Amino acid sequence: MTSVAPIGSGIKSVVDRLIRPDQVHGSIYTDPAIFAEELKKIWFTTWVFVGHESEVPEPNDYVRKKLATQDVIMTRDREGEVHLLINRCAHRGLQVCDDSSGNSSSFRCPYHGWTYRNTGELLGYPYNKGYGGKGKLDLGMGKVPRVESYQGFVFGSMAEDGPSLVEHLGAAAGEIDRLAGLSPRGEVALDAGWLAHKTRANWKFLAENETDGYHPQFVHGSIFGVTGSPIGALYSDASTAVTRALGNGHSENDLRPEFRSFAEPMRWFGTTPDRVPKYVAAMEKAYGDDAERRMIEGAPHVMIFPNLFIAEIQVFNIQPVAVGECIQYATAVQLRGGEELNRRMISQSIGSVGPAGMLLADDTEMYERNQRGVELLDPEWLDVRRGLTRESVDENGFTIGAATDETGMRGFWKHYRTLMEA
Amino acid sequence: MTTSPAIRADHTGRSSELGPVPEDWSYHEVAQFLYREARLADENDYDAWEALWTDDALYWVPSGGADVNPETHVAVIYDNRSRISTRMKQVKTGKRYAQAPPSDLRRIIGNIEFLGGRENPFGGIDLEVGANFLAYESRQRENQLWGGRTTYRLRRVDGGIRLAYKKVVLVDNDKPIPTMAFLI
Repeated sequence: MTSVAPIGSGIKSVVDRLIRPDQVHGSIYTDPAIFAEELKKIWFTTWVFVGHESEVPEPNDYVRKKLATQDVIMTRDREGEVHLLINRCAHRGLQVCDDSSGNSSSFRCPYHGWTYRNTGELLGYPYNKGYGGKGKLDLGMGKVPRVESYQGFVFGSMAEDGPSLVEHLGAAAGEIDRLAGLSPRGEVALDAGWLAHKTRANWKFLAENETDGYHPQFVHGSIFGVTGSPIGALYSDASTAVTRALGNGHSENDLRPEFRSFAEPMRWFGTTPDRVPKYVAAMEKAYGDDAERRMIEGAPHVMIFPNLFIAEIQVFNIQPVAVGECIQYATAVQLRGGEELNRRMISQSIGSVGPAGMLLADDTEMYERNQRGVELLDPEWLDVRRGLTRESVDENGFTIGAATDETGMRGFWKHYRTLMEA
Repeated sequence: MTTSPAIRADHTGRSSELGPVPEDWSYHEVAQFLYREARLADENDYDAWEALWTDDALYWVPSGGADVNPETHVAVIYDNRSRISTRMKQVKTGKRYAQAPPSDLRRIIGNIEFLGGRENPFGGIDLEVGANFLAYESRQRENQLWGGRTTYRLRRVDGGIRLAYKKVVLVDNDKPIPTMAFLI
């Protein structure tokens, strides 16, 4: 397609050629060899968001999930510990668990009846004399070697060693805390189910778009216009919101400067305290004088590398399928102790996200057009320079740009490059 | 799912007991109405399609099963009359890009079955009808075949038939599905 060197010359030099400070080469979204490298260097190395502990609330609960191309079972064992099992029998490789969710202390492969505890340990295999008797086989289901949770968000790393989850999250952990801090009990649940939206685009277009403050007025102008939504103004040229690169590829649209200037509690949620009095009372009881600040500043809009996007009241899990295909899983945030908000969060999410959503279907249309666009040969490069000359460094040392700047994308590419060149 | 389909089959809060098929409906007029509704949806005739609905309308496309409670669980679509109106206003801007240009679309409806009568909030009995469908959608992305089972509730209003309820259970609603921005 281009003059860029083939992958055989070494991924390091390829990535070096494809990513510039202000441009990214189109082939990085279309080359199957690069996608294969990404699986190894990113998806099967770094911390990947898989699900939430609230999806398996009781001992022996389980739910099927994806970690990139891998079908995994998120289980809670009888002691309460969460595991991520690779859904593959150690005998002939079949899928062990067929149901999408349930409660069971063990799984039985339908092919030859091998059974596994929900920790992955092999429990038994029929006609065991053929193996010399019981307990002779040193086999078990594959497991995601490292599983850690933060505020109930479960992440898995396929690498035995590496940075801890907290190290990986870095400053983004504070954004998850901010979300949990909107619950009077300090606890978020993601137990309202997931819409699964098949998307014919490379996963990176989604990751880049999530904190792209430049597109909302254009892509979402149709719904902002007919509903009179004030969201568009948050991403206007006049907005005081900032785009922040949080390090490790994470980024956010920090809308707090706008909400602080209005100083209206619950404005972030499009309501007023008198319409959600029980929630406001519970917040005041839980947090005292700090409750008002929390309710003014609202929820985060943060993209956590490579696949967790918290969009105020929705959470997205992006899972790659192939170089030109991924799946967006979306759900509504549920705040423990915030029941007055929860049903409305579900209703708003249904209206906004998923395959028929009045916001996300339009984003997805852009991703898919984006993917078709980069198949064209000229110009070869995508431009990510917006705001490069007006960036600054905030009091915590993070690079910030204006509300509509591509600061988040540049942070994404910097970290992407670090992982791919490792 | 732990949701009980029998109890949660109707999420509008009204009586959900299915009674006998009301007497004053002919199969022919019902089939004609369903075909017309399908044609208006296929042809993206938004105003005429929207005008079919009653004020207490419910347009529901569940996800993750046929009877998952949309008040505690996300759905693909769960529109009351007001949200149907918003959806139509958005698409009519011409900048609802997931449907601009609109999908080219044709659907077949079959297996039309009178299921019973259901009391509505105004004291009358709505006719509940089930039907299967296959819809073939052409977009630049690809062609997509959609299939499922629709439950309709029909009501006579001012001498005409109106649609009070349409629930579309996609056969693959427990799997990832592509953008579905047309009127299913």
